[in-house]
Amino acid sequence: MHVHFLDPYRPRTSPIHALDPRVKFVLTLAYILTAALTPIAAWPVYILLLAAMLSVEILSSLGVRYVLKRASLALPFVLAAFPVIFTNGQTALFSFSIGSLTLTGYAEGLARFLSVALKSWLSVQAAIVLASSTPFPDLLQAMRAIRIPRLLVAMFGLMWRYLFVLVDEAMRLMRARAARSGHRAATGPSPRLRAGSRSGGSVAWRARVAGGMAGSLFLRAFERSDRIYMAMAARGYDGEVRALPLSSVKPAAWLALGSGLGMLFLLLLLGVLFWG
Amino acid sequence: MHHSIEVDHLSFSYPDSHAALRDVSLRISPGEKVALAGPNGAGKSTLILHLNGILKGDGQVTVCGLPVEQKNLGRVRAAVGLVFQNPDDQLFSPTVFDDVAFGPLYQGLPPAEVERRVTSALAAVRMSDYARRVSHHLSTGEKKRIAIATVLSMEPEILVLDEPTAGLDPRARRALINLLRGLPLTMLVSSHDLAMARELLPRMVVMDEGRIVADGPTQELLGDEKLLEAHGLEKP
Repeated sequence: MHVHFLDPYRPRTSPIHALDPRVKFVLTLAYILTAALTPIAAWPVYILLLAAMLSVEILSSLGVRYVLKRASLALPFVLAAFPVIFTNGQTALFSFSIGSLTLTGYAEGLARFLSVALKSWLSVQAAIVLASSTPFPDLLQAMRAIRIPRLLVAMFGLMWRYLFVLVDEAMRLMRARAARSGHRAATGPSPRLRAGSRSGGSVAWRARVAGGMAGSLFLRAFERSDRIYMAMAARGYDGEVRALPLSSVKPAAWLALGSGLGMLFLLLLLGVLFWG
Repeated sequence: MHHSIEVDHLSFSYPDSHAALRDVSLRISPGEKVALAGPNGAGKSTLILHLNGILKGDGQVTVCGLPVEQKNLGRVRAAVGLVFQNPDDQLFSPTVFDDVAFGPLYQGLPPAEVERRVTSALAAVRMSDYARRVSHHLSTGEKKRIAIATVLSMEPEILVLDEPTAGLDPRARRALINLLRGLPLTMLVSSHDLAMARELLPRMVVMDEGRIVADGPTQELLGDEKLLEAHGLEKP
């Protein structure tokens, strides 16, 4: 039994997939940074950013619908910015009261809230395109290339490698529980036995079983980490993270990086100059 | 001319004071292929972990003429390729290539040599097309072969395998046996698969309760039903 659905990578043949992962990684970070730094209510810049993102999504042949569907997962977190509507600004837009509490919505607050929502929506889309068009090992290489500490990158790698193994194990445990969670037959030998016999046990008992499963999963992971360390030591691991040197970035990739960064900078400049 | 593996009066107890090895002595010559049999908990895995210094007991362990000590650990670990029972523990890198390159990289080899080692190790286990694959997506048989490649790339003198055929279907088991037969290395194979031992490994060492209880030609020991029964083994 194997879990694949956790891996966001979707293999396709597209210019976005073929782009050097290091370039993609840097451009994605730059895009998110641009979205974050663009001033509040610079609507035309947001539209341009969205247009750029949509073109990348179409180019990547992942499908706009696929990316947007995944991006909607981030929407609940935007609600954290919701109170801004009532706390920020002078121009009262609407007002209502709940009991003794009167809430006034301000136009500036609303603009701020919508900007935050749009920015996070755009950023999440960028991250989704990056993760869906780049195999994780390539992302790790990209992280190394931009000098994220090697130990951290090695830990990401191990986490990603064993996340799947751990989920497999959890699913096996759950399957084993399900296989032994039978119901008794509806027609028992005596009515007295049938009455009040509910299969599944009490909530407390179920919680204890689930707790035991979580505990055993933790112990297994702990023991596995020991065995992994032995396997690493057996092949000479000495506590220092080493890796082969990275290949050099091709001229075409440099060009893509330069033009992408240039475009994002212009958009940011536009936003700061006119709306900042 | 030194022995490949020399173990002299080795004893080891785990921290919970359970004695796993009691006065074990063993000599294996270069090129010998030896089976290590015995019931679960006999101390087979513990003995194996001593061969490249992961565990340290009382007594002397010498590998390829090198005493297994802190200062020799690097060379000892390059000389002894240890293949663990569970390939998910052995394959810890993001891709197959990274895993096979791990040993050579830590030996401090130049990048071109690392690439060459990886290519030839993957070719030796007939998995050349798998370099860019992700370990999680492989079958158990494929993982086992990659696990062997991860130590072959270190070009060891001795190959030590813990339960190589456990969990394999007959076809994968057969492929693995053929693969091991073709490798010109000293081999110590811990296994319950006595049929494989008979086919592949001319010498057999039987362990029980931390001691070596028999050591001789595999054919002969497998004919001794009393011995097999006394130590929880079965004639294949």
